[in-house]
Amino acid sequence: MKTAVIVFPGSNCDRDIAVALESVTGRKPEMVWHGESELPSGLGLIALPGGFSYGDYLRCGAIAARSPVVKAVVEAAGRGVPVLGICNGFQILTETGLLPGALMRNAGLNFVCRDVPLTVETSQSIFTAGYDAGESIVIPVAHHDGNYFADAATLDEIEGEGRVAFRYAAEVNGSSRRIAGLLNKAGNVLGMMPHPERRIEAAHGGTDGRRLFEGLLEAVA
Amino acid sequence: MKLRIIVTLKNGVLDPQGKAIQHALGGLGFEGVDDVRAGKIFELDVADSTSDAAIDEMCRKLLANTVIENYRIERQSPPA
Repeated sequence: MKTAVIVFPGSNCDRDIAVALESVTGRKPEMVWHGESELPSGLGLIALPGGFSYGDYLRCGAIAARSPVVKAVVEAAGRGVPVLGICNGFQILTETGLLPGALMRNAGLNFVCRDVPLTVETSQSIFTAGYDAGESIVIPVAHHDGNYFADAATLDEIEGEGRVAFRYAAEVNGSSRRIAGLLNKAGNVLGMMPHPERRIEAAHGGTDGRRLFEGLLEAVA
Repeated sequence: MKLRIIVTLKNGVLDPQGKAIQHALGGLGFEGVDDVRAGKIFELDVADSTSDAAIDEMCRKLLANTVIENYRIERQSPPA
């Protein structure tokens, strides 16, 4: 599968996700700079990596969401190309409007950096096909602004449509309904604060993250 | 033309930073501070020909995230 990683000034997980994608797909992803206005053709996945794009100026992900390449990402998402936003990538996805809601400062005000248990809420998506619904997995988080917010009507809609992919098993950052990962309506866009690319080999302490990429590869094959 | 754009959190959106500031004020001995909400102010110097619609669009498209924030535009009166 051909994949692309979008690189912004201030991204710092772009190499981690590139290593994860190469390890699972056997193919080096295309690294696409934020100033590009076109994406490579035939992509099976576009990844928006973690980090601090544009120094988190204005709001986390706000400036990145208005960059030329993200316009192309939004168009590709509209055509059904799978898009995965991790951490800052999730913040960017909400700022583009591809995903509803917003990510705010952690309720405890602290930067949270640790392994957290998650519950897989659905296996009915290309991103969670490698898991069982209701399964408990462990993926690390590292963020200051992961407190997911949406109004009650939006939350009810998301839940009703089965679009919560992952939920924190315990309180982490104040997120509404402990949402850790969220799908769009069509199911081809996933935003999540935890970092699956940091759990892809035994040396990382586990491989629960690897299963996201393996499941995706199999689901879109 | 000088503009001031004031961006504030919507009612009902929790503001952990405002809460921390409120506690810090209490810690300094200021009593009776019932609530603090943190926001942002942008000072813009734009061409006089800039339309109201364009200014509003700047707010909606970038300066404010209307999912969580409200914005208010103040125009500084031109020198007499």
